[in-house]
Amino acid sequence: MTEKISRVRHEYLRHDKKFPHVWCPGCGNGIVLGSLIRAIDKLSLEKDELVLASGIGCAGRMPAYVDFNTLHTTHGRALTFATGIKLAKPELTVLCVMGDGDATAIGGNHFIHAARRNLNLTAIIINNQIYGMTGGQYSPTTPYGANASTAVYGHIEHAFSIAELAITAGAAFVARGTVYHVRMLDTLLAKGIAKRGFSVIEIMSNCHTQYGRRNNMGDPVTMMQWFKDHGVSEQKAKKMSDEEMGEKFTIGVLADKDMPNYMEEYRRIQEQAQLK
Amino acid sequence: MENELTHEKRVLQGNEAIVEGALAAGCRFYAGYPITPASEIAELMSIKLPAIGGTFIQMEDEIASMGAIIGASLAGVKSLTATSGPGFSLMQENLGFACIAEVPCVLVNVMRGGPSTGLPTSPAQGDVMQARWGTHGDHPIIVLAASSVKDCFEITVQAFNLSEKYRIPVIVLSDEVVAHTRETIVLPKLEKIEVVERIRPSVPPEWYIPYEDNSRGVPAMANMGSGYRHHVTGLVHDPKGFPTQRPDEVDAFIRRQYRKITNGFYEIQMSKTLMMEDAEIAVIAYGSVSRSALHAIKSARSNGIKAGLLQLITLFPFHKKAVDAVLRQCRSVLVPEMNMGQLVREVKRVNLSSKVFKYNRVDGQFITPDEIYDQLLRM
Repeated sequence: MTEKISRVRHEYLRHDKKFPHVWCPGCGNGIVLGSLIRAIDKLSLEKDELVLASGIGCAGRMPAYVDFNTLHTTHGRALTFATGIKLAKPELTVLCVMGDGDATAIGGNHFIHAARRNLNLTAIIINNQIYGMTGGQYSPTTPYGANASTAVYGHIEHAFSIAELAITAGAAFVARGTVYHVRMLDTLLAKGIAKRGFSVIEIMSNCHTQYGRRNNMGDPVTMMQWFKDHGVSEQKAKKMSDEEMGEKFTIGVLADKDMPNYMEEYRRIQEQAQLK
Repeated sequence: MENELTHEKRVLQGNEAIVEGALAAGCRFYAGYPITPASEIAELMSIKLPAIGGTFIQMEDEIASMGAIIGASLAGVKSLTATSGPGFSLMQENLGFACIAEVPCVLVNVMRGGPSTGLPTSPAQGDVMQARWGTHGDHPIIVLAASSVKDCFEITVQAFNLSEKYRIPVIVLSDEVVAHTRETIVLPKLEKIEVVERIRPSVPPEWYIPYEDNSRGVPAMANMGSGYRHHVTGLVHDPKGFPTQRPDEVDAFIRRQYRKITNGFYEIQMSKTLMMEDAEIAVIAYGSVSRSALHAIKSARSNGIKAGLLQLITLFPFHKKAVDAVLRQCRSVLVPEMNMGQLVREVKRVNLSSKVFKYNRVDGQFITPDEIYDQLLRM
């Protein structure tokens, strides 16, 4: 089993001068990429039918490494480009990979409206609680009191939960995973991609370079250990008090509902318009 | 749909003619955000596009609208958005992406007074320089100006054709007067309209180099999902489409973008002249103001003044050749604009700037024929 999990699926990667990648050694982004590829492989999706779009930041560099139709858009706007692609060519499977700042600060408006609209897209949000590429500034998910390069006296804003935001905005499928729980992540990504509607997979990941170092979180392995200790299943969380939960967070599928997606609804509009 | 576009006399407003032009040119995707005085374009698109198998979507803002039309175009569908000043400002970010990634698309800006919320919704021509330089960085761009309902139809078709042919976003500048004036227009038969499609790769996918230079400087463009998997990025990229910082590759990339447009000057730079043959004085105008200029020139002629008109349809790349000829021929030239004098700077840069006079209105009111005529009497 372990062997299968760790297997790198080379046939999905671009090997012509694209590696080594830009990420720091020990970065969680590589784990997410590996997991994403295994999920795609599990679903037997054709490379030609896949689109991976991204915004700006460390996560934004991911599409360049995979041999799909890939698109590296502007900061926070990946979902808007993806919306155009999906509507123009609904047969394509369109995935977006974003960071926490990319998806929920500069791209926050697009994110909530994409969730509300319920177009059949998959939003993969790597949440490392910091702006990594630009040097460790605080993001919408940086915890209260934490240290960042723009919050050296301690952060005075409160973080929001990306998954809960997605649920409230109406996303059809919402899940949260971590880069420690990789087997679960493979499954969550596969479920999210297969879902016919807007799906969000929030992935708690380590930025030891910018977040960990400033907040005494230790090396990547120690941060992984933190994810292991703090990610709890929804069943377990239900039995826990607020004090017991503390900094812990739920992992697994958090919302999964069936409703007509945007494209199905729009087909109905097209039929109606054509009758006139 | 077929019937509506065949040879037919109709009374349309400028915004409606833009929709007819876009559909005739093959546009099948529209994304936009409500804004006066451009909203009729979105409303009409929301009715017409689904009926012909196209897609309309109202996005959460103009940033998203611009992103969506780029996405649709990457998937191979001709796409349009329309807005006015405040929305045009928001679109600049992704407009730059369309420039650097060379994604064909058309953006209509129905100009109103600015800056900011400005004068909703009085006519103005204050966005001319923003259309040219609104997005950051060195980039070529095509900007066309419509002066009438007929123009709105024809120029929108041309905007799509140039956009496809040169892989470049094209901006159509209209204004509140053009947008809401109703005029009779004879719509041409569909088969009489020349429609250009982007060049798609003819080589097998494994040979495809998405940003490879050629004699035209316009690389072939593959639709997403057509088997030609490649990378599209807003970073400066090498011919394969991947980010580069190598000085020789960066330089070649930026210069190719300019070269492809320079190579096309002969067809991109469009203008009309009227009564210029023996003209001693001339008006250089664009958009709705050129209509007033036309009347003024006719009045001048009937009073024995040898006046002529150069109407610029293409504002950028600036039609130096046409302007230079007028400047050499005439003893003085008037450039009336509904702004503090934007395009007049380009005119003065061409040649003989001492001959060039400007006339400006920035009070949200249209420049009338009488005003231009009065100016001609002083020249």
